[in-house]
Amino acid sequence: MSVADFAFYILAITTVASGFCTVVSKNPVHSVLWLIASFLGAAGLFVLLGAEFLAMLLIIVYVGAVAVLFLFVVMMLDVDFAELKAGMAQSVPLALLIGVILLLQLGSVIGVWQFSDGAEAARAAITPAIEETHNTMALGQVLYTDYILLFQLAGLILLVAMIGAIVLTLRHRTNVKRQNVVAQMHRDPAQALEMLDVKPGQGL
Amino acid sequence: MMSSDIQIVLPEILLSVYAMAALIGAVYTGKDRLAAPLTWLTALVMALLAVMIAGGEGAREGFNGMVVDDAYARFAKVAILLSAGAVLVVGTEAMARRGLLKFEYPILIALSVVGMMVMVSAGDLIALYMGLELQSLALYVVASLNRDSVKSTEAGMKYFVLGALSSGLMLYGASLVYGYSGTTLFGGIIGAANDGHVGMGLLIGLTFVLSGMAFKVSAVPFHMWTPDVYEGAPTPVTAFFATAPKLAAMGLFARVMFDAFGNAVADWQQIVAFLALLSMFLGAIAAIGQTNIKRLMAYSSISHMGFALLGLAAGTEFGVQAMLIYMAIYLTMNIGTFAFILSMERDGKPVTDIASMKLYSRAEPMKAAAMLILMFSLAGVPPMVGFFGKYAVLNAAVQSGLTWLAVAGVIASVIGAFYYLRIVFFMYFGDEGEGVQTPMAPAAWAALMGSAAIMVLGAINLFGIEGAAAAAAAALVN
Repeated sequence: MSVADFAFYILAITTVASGFCTVVSKNPVHSVLWLIASFLGAAGLFVLLGAEFLAMLLIIVYVGAVAVLFLFVVMMLDVDFAELKAGMAQSVPLALLIGVILLLQLGSVIGVWQFSDGAEAARAAITPAIEETHNTMALGQVLYTDYILLFQLAGLILLVAMIGAIVLTLRHRTNVKRQNVVAQMHRDPAQALEMLDVKPGQGL
Repeated sequence: MMSSDIQIVLPEILLSVYAMAALIGAVYTGKDRLAAPLTWLTALVMALLAVMIAGGEGAREGFNGMVVDDAYARFAKVAILLSAGAVLVVGTEAMARRGLLKFEYPILIALSVVGMMVMVSAGDLIALYMGLELQSLALYVVASLNRDSVKSTEAGMKYFVLGALSSGLMLYGASLVYGYSGTTLFGGIIGAANDGHVGMGLLIGLTFVLSGMAFKVSAVPFHMWTPDVYEGAPTPVTAFFATAPKLAAMGLFARVMFDAFGNAVADWQQIVAFLALLSMFLGAIAAIGQTNIKRLMAYSSISHMGFALLGLAAGTEFGVQAMLIYMAIYLTMNIGTFAFILSMERDGKPVTDIASMKLYSRAEPMKAAAMLILMFSLAGVPPMVGFFGKYAVLNAAVQSGLTWLAVAGVIASVIGAFYYLRIVFFMYFGDEGEGVQTPMAPAAWAALMGSAAIMVLGAINLFGIEGAAAAAAAALVN
């Protein structure tokens, strides 16, 4: 058994086992943590396949952003997960059945997979061979050259999203006191303080 | 290689750079006080770009075929820019009166127009999707621009959720098309269809892409969002929805059908014919019961899209030409009609009730006459220009053997004539109503009168639009 095989089994077992624990664990926070472990395992599998870019993406996007967001939601919202899970034991057979059906469908799709004439060649023409460059570099080589237009358009879409969020939510309240840092810094005791000599028993 | 590529998308680049510069400029200076001049300036920039694009010649491809600049793209772009500019100018005053004229409004419209320009010149599935999303996202925002109104917010929300669904459908289709043809370029996809038919996988992909685009042109059965969004959005925004985005979506529709699936016309012809048939009839029948003129115009636009699709369903160069003529006429009519609708008010509050127009001709004979012409033209009554548009698409359908569809189209247009003529009836006959005032800014007045004048004078030679449309269709179908 080579090192790669060994790594594969370790990662695959991690992925499947943590996926299973995500579903069955009682505490929702633990569920999310198991989910993260499962993502990490899947990322490792991607590395074994030579798809290191997808692995990075999985870690940065899913572990870094999505899972943390889940964690926030689970912690912030008062969802009674115990109640949600109460009926789980009864639905296990149904879930298993659906799982098996999906698996069979997947198998049957892959079994009769056909491409149009020339599809294989058209696809291969774009990607450089794995020996030439690794795929992060290959992506970078086309993203800012061949696909520069689409890249910039994606930027414009994000700009529109930003403008939209501001237009629809920002309200300028007129009767709110705002902090004026410059005015604050230019305040001195002469303006702000008044020294009074209070006589005993008199008050102001 | 790069500079020639940039040449091709130069109008898009200029418009986006303008939008970003205007955004930064307005944020750091006058903000909403600059909104009105900025709206005019945006319209001016659009008009200048239209002139610049109209001067282009020949057919070029850029970015390895991802964008195409041909007579077809230029025709669509010029129409989009001119109509968007016109709607901006016409709606400025009405927006300002309702306190909705924010400086972001013209900027969002400009960015949306960039998306539309990319859509009609797309030569690639990804470019198509990027253009479509850029266009839609800006539209979702302007639909709910009146954020304190429940209806406007609802319009934006509905549009967004259903638009996201349609994007999902389209992306699913696009992924199938890519999977089965091995490329996202239209030029490559067309090679995957041989003997006039595409494979099963590609056909399913085609159907999903088609559904996504049918949503954008609001063809039945993907029309549900249209009346609610038209009703809820601020009227000047509704005027925009009814014009440029419709042409852009229609332009994209034809672009995908002919550039990517032009070898398998028979495969998509029946779907488009089905969409056209349903849209024509549902638009005509459902509008009869409407009392709100904005909802009525929504159903009217559904019906008109059915007729435009009828031209596309013909699947010939002549059909595309008819579709382009139809859309150009449709845009002109709608700008005029909406110039009227957005000025309708009573005691300073906007009204959209049809019954409020009762005996309107007594108060404002000139505007009533202009509306009469526009309504006749929308209904397709000769000798108004609207009739020639309908004639062109029906003729194209008959010529490619879809006589049954053309007959159905005639029946639908007769049914549809009812509700247009009812508005005319309300304006000229009938009993006294609550009345409506239509204070118009000079721009809106000019748009109403100009559009009505075109509907009459255009009957002579359609202002030569036939030649341009023929050249555009020839560039697309080859």
